[in-house]
Amino acid sequence: MNPPRRSKQVISLVLVAPLLLFLVFFFAFPLVTMMRSAVSDPVAARALPTTARAVSSWDRVSPPTDEMKAAFVADLRQIGDDQLFGDLVRRLNSAKSGFRTLMSKTRTAASETDGNIDLIALDKRWADPSYWQAVSVAASSTFTDRNLLAAVDLQRDASSAITALPADASANKVIMLRTFVMALTVTVVCVLIGLPFAMIAASVDGWKRQLLLGAVLLPLWTSLLVRTAAWFILLQDRGLINSVLMQLGVTSGPVPLIFNRIGVIIAMTHILLPFMVLPIFSVLIGIPKNLMPAAASLGAHPVRAFLYVLLPLALRGVVSGSLLVFMSALGYYITPALIGGARDQMISSVIAYYATGAANWGMAGALGLVLLAATMILYAIYLRLSSEREVRP
Amino acid sequence: MNVLRFSKLLFGSATVFFLIAPLIAILPLAFTDSVFLNYPIPGYSTRWFEELFTASVWQRSIVNSLIIGCGTTLLATILGTVGALGLRDRQLSPVLTTIKTIFLLPMVVPAVVLGVGMQLMFARYGLTNTYLGVIIAHTVVAVPFVVVNVLAVLQGIDRRLEQAAASLGATPVTVLKQVTLPLALPGIVSGAIFAFATSLDEVVLTLFVAGPNQRTLARQMFSTIRENISPAIAAAAFVFILGTILIAIVLKFSRGAKQANI
Repeated sequence: MNPPRRSKQVISLVLVAPLLLFLVFFFAFPLVTMMRSAVSDPVAARALPTTARAVSSWDRVSPPTDEMKAAFVADLRQIGDDQLFGDLVRRLNSAKSGFRTLMSKTRTAASETDGNIDLIALDKRWADPSYWQAVSVAASSTFTDRNLLAAVDLQRDASSAITALPADASANKVIMLRTFVMALTVTVVCVLIGLPFAMIAASVDGWKRQLLLGAVLLPLWTSLLVRTAAWFILLQDRGLINSVLMQLGVTSGPVPLIFNRIGVIIAMTHILLPFMVLPIFSVLIGIPKNLMPAAASLGAHPVRAFLYVLLPLALRGVVSGSLLVFMSALGYYITPALIGGARDQMISSVIAYYATGAANWGMAGALGLVLLAATMILYAIYLRLSSEREVRP
Repeated sequence: MNVLRFSKLLFGSATVFFLIAPLIAILPLAFTDSVFLNYPIPGYSTRWFEELFTASVWQRSIVNSLIIGCGTTLLATILGTVGALGLRDRQLSPVLTTIKTIFLLPMVVPAVVLGVGMQLMFARYGLTNTYLGVIIAHTVVAVPFVVVNVLAVLQGIDRRLEQAAASLGATPVTVLKQVTLPLALPGIVSGAIFAFATSLDEVVLTLFVAGPNQRTLARQMFSTIRENISPAIAAAAFVFILGTILIAIVLKFSRGAKQANI
């Protein structure tokens, strides 16, 4: 590398540095924080330090030793902070239900005397090794794969083997499947509308093309919230669509369009359609205009010419558009939250619920990680496809 | 052939209708005098615009949106323009190519995922429930638009103009100030407009990072639709759509000016 080029490179790096630092700190760091919250589990280790040492030699099957019990009571007496105690109870209770009553009972007993307490006499649940297993697992490590496993409806059983969660305990797989199906439905509908529309737009010119493209760009530039609000207003039982349908005599009563799957699909298709039309259109206008007449002059029927000439060439745009639409649809939050019912919520709504509603940052982080990974894989494929296209001509 | 033509016309108009009609259909509802968002409109009034501009929650949220929007525009435009200047070469080294990808990544990451991370991290540094926190959050998602817009214009600039200026004795700073930036101005303006529009429309990050004092117009619209829908929504939507059309005209104008320059 010669000196002028190197100094140019240095100048470039100096210029990109401020934004790079900004994004590392305020974009990458929050994502890392979220991922850490999915696997970090410091509460029990912090609250029960002596217990953590005491259980390290325990085989997790035999009855609890006296040393463990004494250490546990000593740790409980050390916890002055009610916040920490609350976090500890929540952590233990999430591993095994029953800890809530057991812990408050035990803490009260521990604070009343300074001497030894017979835990098993206090509550016979302390004789059950499964409670001690939960304490031991929680206290011995500040990291956990519990949330990540729970995100895909798995858990570790008493012997640390990975097993499926009981059917009633979690519904994350259902949510993920639903998110996938809804995103796929929107993508397919967008292809069915977007491909012919882009073909029409590419086949005309002048004001007609301007009009068709304008119709795609105007919604794209309009606020997402305004578009969602518009559909919210139009889809109501007494909204414009239902009044028109009833006026026309298509239906006697209002068709339920809002707070259900149909409404969400309609609104999301409307919002994401431009991302399908534009990539297909940009591929189509690059195709030489004389290909179709050439196919026709060689005797191909228009349908045959379309299937064997235009469609294969347009496919690249369809794939790019589909990836964009599918990727955006996967992470959708606002539209399903406002237009969907309880059974149309996608993975983003569940993440938002865990984060703001339940303050369960571990689960929010774990599900967020799943969504982030899915989106990044799709984006990598998209980038790969579009860079191939750039190299080609 | 006529059948094909007719079906093209039919499909094209139907899709245009599907794309545009919902936006137009809600506009008249902004002028209803009833409390319901139904057709036929019983009578016309501007009461919901009065509500929008006088009711304290709405007024407050409009002011907040302007403060946060201007802050975001300023920060994103400066960071994005400087960053784009570093990426303007057509043949980027692998390091710079990676950096360019990183600059565009905030457009792709699902907002809720970023929101959860920002809430956790911002809480640690006392940035939640502050204007600065919301401006930073909005800047993260707005900055890719500035980079894309400025980069597009920069790559269209004839580098010989800058070389000519330098050969006539202009220092690199003078070249930047007198030649490069004026030529890049249309891209910077469109980038700034996109940044402002992004901030104005942002809901999800605002939900996670902002407190009740930083409630923006978009956030207020979100909770109004969710909790008690009122025609004030249609009035707010009217303002948004009007703004969009104005922005489209400004962008068209700045692009026209750019073409006239070259």
